[in-house]
Amino acid sequence: MHKLLVANRGEIACRILSSARSIGLATVAVYSDTDAEAPHVALADEARRVGPARAQQSYLDQDAILAAARDTGATLIHPGYGFLAENAGFAARCGREGLVFVGPRPETIAAMGDKEQARALARAAGVPVLPGTDKLPPDEATVAAAAASIGFPLLIKAAAGGGGIGMRLVETPEALAAGIAATRGLAERAFGSGAVYLERYVRRARHVEVQVFGFGDGRAVHLFDRDCSLQRRHQKVIEEALAPGLGETTRAAMAQVSVDLAGSCAYDGAGTIEFLYDDDTGGFFFLEMNTRIQVEHGTTELVTGVDLVAAQLRHAIGEDVAAELTQDQIRHDGHAVEARVYAEDPARRFMPSPGTITGLVLPHGPGVRVDTGCRAGSVVTPFYDPMIMKVMAHAASRDEAIDRLIGALGDLRIDGLTTNVGWLRAVLDHPAFRAGRLSTDFLTAHQAEIEQQQARQAA
Amino acid sequence: MKKIASPMAGTVWKIVKAPGDAVDYGDTVMILESMKMEIAVEADNRGTVAKILVEEGEVVDQDTPLIELS
Repeated sequence: MHKLLVANRGEIACRILSSARSIGLATVAVYSDTDAEAPHVALADEARRVGPARAQQSYLDQDAILAAARDTGATLIHPGYGFLAENAGFAARCGREGLVFVGPRPETIAAMGDKEQARALARAAGVPVLPGTDKLPPDEATVAAAAASIGFPLLIKAAAGGGGIGMRLVETPEALAAGIAATRGLAERAFGSGAVYLERYVRRARHVEVQVFGFGDGRAVHLFDRDCSLQRRHQKVIEEALAPGLGETTRAAMAQVSVDLAGSCAYDGAGTIEFLYDDDTGGFFFLEMNTRIQVEHGTTELVTGVDLVAAQLRHAIGEDVAAELTQDQIRHDGHAVEARVYAEDPARRFMPSPGTITGLVLPHGPGVRVDTGCRAGSVVTPFYDPMIMKVMAHAASRDEAIDRLIGALGDLRIDGLTTNVGWLRAVLDHPAFRAGRLSTDFLTAHQAEIEQQQARQAA
Repeated sequence: MKKIASPMAGTVWKIVKAPGDAVDYGDTVMILESMKMEIAVEADNRGTVAKILVEEGEVVDQDTPLIELS
């Protein structure tokens, strides 16, 4: 008899517990003091307290979680996302204690968690990485040759810089030498080091990712792609499957290199390969691989009909998932869009707005899915991240899916706290979003129009 | 007595001002952590810090008094 402990909370814990139940696994929830009454606790067959509210002392406390597993006789641990999901040390400890960690092997988690190693693995598997150099030598001829091979426009970046500081755009070869000298000077003054490197510049960048599933023996399949370009503060807000506007050749090439990468590291279970997609040229470049179930996995489930979490669990208990999840049986149908509902106040620079949900009415209807870990009476505490639910819509076309999602968000009523729901509706209804003109700077570039639209909606 | 109160529920992450410091409108007096974000508490008053009413690591609610000004 298999027994699953879910080492997480909120919507993802509920999501995993419901798939576990659907395939007949016994389940264990863990909770912090502030979550004792949370829905994920009620959903599980049994539950154990793992510590006080603060995550470091509860959901991140490996000793407490492993003790809960021993105490309940759990045989599997699903980490969800966040918390211990990409902690190679924790995955290894689970193995040493005779528990199956639902995720890839610890070595894979560690390798993909290291930027340099991950890029090297990607390159070796034939995945394009963003063309760039190491720290530049002083020799001008070498630098000019490196720049020519990257192509213009390109970026000069200070090795010690970050967040856009110490970055310079160079449009032509003639401007290169002066640009490097200026960036070196600035970097020396600002960071105490004049080391700079070159990188390909992508004017209209999108974030596109491919969902893969590996069987641990070099075989792997893909479940198509998603676009997650709409982000603020590196936090995704709107995601959709499949990524709109990708040419079929590009889509197929991106999927193929993703399968190749997953296969080359004998990847085990569900994973996502993130790419920077150049909307002007159709080029795509490896960013990183996330070795866990993603927040936005539900959009892929809606278009493919595959329960990714159930597949993870069944693969983990040794069922032959590969036999039915074959590439030619994985199809996509229609379009799915997801909006992340956050307890934050768009009118106050998106300040967090914890509080108590005094009333909750969830939308429903054909093609509408809500993943949440909240109910009426739930307290949204300041201790964890502000996402309180994901609302998804699936329909035959992208336009209909957007309409359906806007409708669902209109039907959603969350009393007692301030949320970003009105703002999400304004984003979804923006003409550029409707037209599929997505880019990672979308929310900054269209900020004023989104605010105006939201004001019109409210009036 | 003028007070600066917490704009939201969170954990006191860093106390920036000390007793005796002068505070003006908009000065950051404290940094809270809430929902994995750092939130600067800005003074909505001016004066001299008379007393710090909380400690680093303390959990506060919205409107909890944080600092007394004289």
